[in-house]
Amino acid sequence: MGAAALAEPIPLRATAAQTRIRRLLSLLATHAVLMAGAVFMLLPFVWMLMTSLKSPGEIFSADFTLWPRRFSAVENYDRALTTAPLLRFALNGFIICFGILVVQLLVAIPAAYALAKLKFPGRNPLFVLVLLGLCIPVQVPALPLYIALASLGLLNTYFAIMFPFFLSVFAIFLFRQFFKSFPDDIINAARLDGMSEFEIVWRIVVPSAWPAIAAFSVFSAVAHWNDLYWPLIVVSDTRLAPPPLGMMFFADAETGSNYGALTAAATVLTAPLVIAFLVARRRFIEGITMTGVK
Amino acid sequence: MAAELSRPRRSRQHWIERLTGTGFALPAFALLIMVNLLPLIAVLYLSLTDYEFGALEAKFVGLANLNKALSDPIIRRSLSNTLLYVAIVLPGSVLLALAVAVLVHGRRRTRGFYEVAYFLPVTSTLIAMATVWQFLLHPRLGPVNAALRWFGLAEVPFLSDPAWALPTLAVIGIWQLLGFNMVLFLAGLSAIPKDLYEAAEIDGVATGIDRFLTITWPLLGPTTMFVIVTTSITAFKVFDTVAVMTRGGPMGSSEVLLYNIYLEGFQYFHTGYAAALTVIFLFFILAFSVAQTFALERRVHY
Amino acid sequence: MASVELKSIGKSFGSTPVLGGIDLAVADGEFMTLVGPSGCGKTTLIRIIAGIESQDAGAVLIGGSSIDHLRPHERRVAMVFQSYALYPHMSVRGNLSLPLVMSRLRLHERVPLIRLLSSRRRETMHSIEGEVEAVAQQLQLGALLDRRPAQLSGGQRQRVALGRAMVRHPDVFLMDEPLSNLDAKLRVHMRTELAELHQRLGATFIYVTHDQVEAMTMSDRVAMMDAGHILQLGTPTELYGRPANVKVAQFIGSPTINLLPGSVGSNDAVELLGRRLQLAVDLPAGSPLTIGLRPEALTAVPANTAPADAGSLPARLRRRENLGAEHILHFDLPGAALPPVVARAPPELQLPADGHVALTFDPLACHLFDPSGARVEARRAEGSRDPVVVPFRS
Repeated sequence: MGAAALAEPIPLRATAAQTRIRRLLSLLATHAVLMAGAVFMLLPFVWMLMTSLKSPGEIFSADFTLWPRRFSAVENYDRALTTAPLLRFALNGFIICFGILVVQLLVAIPAAYALAKLKFPGRNPLFVLVLLGLCIPVQVPALPLYIALASLGLLNTYFAIMFPFFLSVFAIFLFRQFFKSFPDDIINAARLDGMSEFEIVWRIVVPSAWPAIAAFSVFSAVAHWNDLYWPLIVVSDTRLAPPPLGMMFFADAETGSNYGALTAAATVLTAPLVIAFLVARRRFIEGITMTGVK
Repeated sequence: MAAELSRPRRSRQHWIERLTGTGFALPAFALLIMVNLLPLIAVLYLSLTDYEFGALEAKFVGLANLNKALSDPIIRRSLSNTLLYVAIVLPGSVLLALAVAVLVHGRRRTRGFYEVAYFLPVTSTLIAMATVWQFLLHPRLGPVNAALRWFGLAEVPFLSDPAWALPTLAVIGIWQLLGFNMVLFLAGLSAIPKDLYEAAEIDGVATGIDRFLTITWPLLGPTTMFVIVTTSITAFKVFDTVAVMTRGGPMGSSEVLLYNIYLEGFQYFHTGYAAALTVIFLFFILAFSVAQTFALERRVHY
Repeated sequence: MASVELKSIGKSFGSTPVLGGIDLAVADGEFMTLVGPSGCGKTTLIRIIAGIESQDAGAVLIGGSSIDHLRPHERRVAMVFQSYALYPHMSVRGNLSLPLVMSRLRLHERVPLIRLLSSRRRETMHSIEGEVEAVAQQLQLGALLDRRPAQLSGGQRQRVALGRAMVRHPDVFLMDEPLSNLDAKLRVHMRTELAELHQRLGATFIYVTHDQVEAMTMSDRVAMMDAGHILQLGTPTELYGRPANVKVAQFIGSPTINLLPGSVGSNDAVELLGRRLQLAVDLPAGSPLTIGLRPEALTAVPANTAPADAGSLPARLRRRENLGAEHILHFDLPGAALPPVVARAPPELQLPADGHVALTFDPLACHLFDPSGARVEARRAEGSRDPVVVPFRS
């Protein structure tokens, strides 16, 4: 036993200074790699912001500078805001995200509670449907939904933009997982105290599920603020366009020539979410990854 | 006696539970049927007809649409384009995200900055950023080509050369997805107990490569499987950048499946044909989802 | 050649000092236990010896030579973690062989695919396999070699963790609360197994625990730590019989020692609750003292039969706990704000119905501590006689 132990080679010792230098070098290399990546990730944002401040002459000039020599921010943003109803697009974004989220929560929370804690006929088929729904992106039912909305004369309405998303199977699934871990004893105690199931859901269970609800809200808002496919199909009226569609209309109108105004518009439409992200970084990352960690 | 007396009360609670349960689930159930189930059945049915939106009647044509789609060179090209796009975005965004996550995981003070930098594209409006990318990649006005010229290289017509368009879109896809995957990997990394690394250090796992091979990579296995599947699905659904930046061009070199569905279904109103394309689309998505279920199964084990 | 020596080890996390200059010499083959309340720095100390943590000051010597520059795996130590830290994705076999694979195969022989090119690899793996099976046999893990940690019971995981430490034949075993995740029954069993393992291997063991029973039952010597310092170092008998500090007295022993207020009276005499004991100390009159009496030092006798020169306290029975082999008696002392006094008694002891008794004790059984908590040595006061105790009828 002892002989075997002695037979192993005793490694050469590195001095403390060598170790420190090695550690410093690896730290430097790590940051160099990460910074290079970060520059790639951030370049479009920086360039967007800077271009939106530049004059057309400078944008079209052959020599490139990041920092504008002459600021034309006012012209660019003025042009962007007057040629296209940018603020209207942003407002549409808020209305649509908010409307969708409210209905999603009102529908999904009771259903998730029923699936998690109540016995009722049809519980299992409903859950199977939920799981099936998780696999079906909105592009699949888009054709029949479009036909139905068109035949009801509902195209070009906020309702048409929001309708396919009123039910979020993902929300039901997520909240069900969350509610399942809520102690039955508390629910039974509330029943003994005379609370109705309705009150139990909204006054006992929902407050405890706050992190999941917040995370889902972030996820939902980001998804629908940025969604293009469905609005592109059901909206042709510029006044109803959410931000991505608005941006597309605007880019078409400008035919890709006035980059100062285009980047100004892009800045205005990207800003709300980016600012919200910078303010509530943790919530955003939690919310969006929760879709992945389900 | 006592048992008989107590029974009615229990069954009342039982009925209340059944009633409230049904009531709570009913709106969701109704919407699920209206928004998901019926349209799904309708798509399957439409794919068997020659219905065109606005037409008064439709003829049942069986699998003709599907056969036509599968032999249509445009559709075949767009399907292979889509798969090529997935084949570039998948390894790119997964491997880079893994590398970045491993490097970021060890940072203390700078971690917040890197998280923000890499995650920013995930939250930003892709359509708006696509316009910016278009400008960045502009042959004459864009800084990317300016940089190439400065290095003495030839200009690259990123979006107007059929050979370059799809790979360029794929790079933008990687740019958009990298942060999302990084955060998933970071979550996986923080779930690895610290004392495993300590035990490994005592056991002689001394270099970074060994640490990665013995602990990090195997324990990240389930996360990696999951990231691969979600990335495949997301990449397969590519639409926004194509619709804004190339419109499938040049010469159809960047046409993807979803863009064709959009054109056939909502521009040309070949509803039956678009429905058949949707069925093909759904087939791929379900295949990825089945893979995902297996990935999740594996994740439960150990 | 595997003594461990710690020379004024200091460590702080940020501005919080954790270890304040620890000196400790562990002899070759010794079973040394570091015991103390949580947060006393014992785990940090063992992690410094392992090399997982580095000290701010001081030196660690193993076998007489400094090892501070060595990385953990170069130190010839093995560690058993509180959580066992088994690799969840590897079988028991994989867990046990990892340390050997790491030390005997070169990097290119470990990398997937590339490793297939090495011919030496297979031979080495074969010999590793043999050693792993030998260790597994010793620990009765032979039948479990292909299972994953998640498929094992707590006790089996514990043995795998031990086995992973044993395969390398380290000079020093470091154990960080290895039994704390086991249920009470298994813990008692593993105490015996660990003590036997130590004898069989003859290696140096450094064992961290917050459980004084583990410290008392297994160790050659115990170092009792508190707030980053060693309060007392000695054999279990010394720590129990002559605690150097009131904290040691309180920590070691169950039920806990009874602590009562006392003081120094005239002529160096020790007074307990105002009663003079046949004890003298060399301290100025009026100095306060804390007087400790182990539960087994107290004997309950009828109230009027207490001998004059034995220590004695009037008390009233409050509660009697039946432990089977013995009873634990809880007494109230007259006077305000005194904690109940606990005594051991044989089950057959009869007490008067009203519960009024005298608790007698040999004055020399008292442990005296000054206000700083340090032990004060006492001598029998001159002119005292041996105590005569008249017990209750059994």
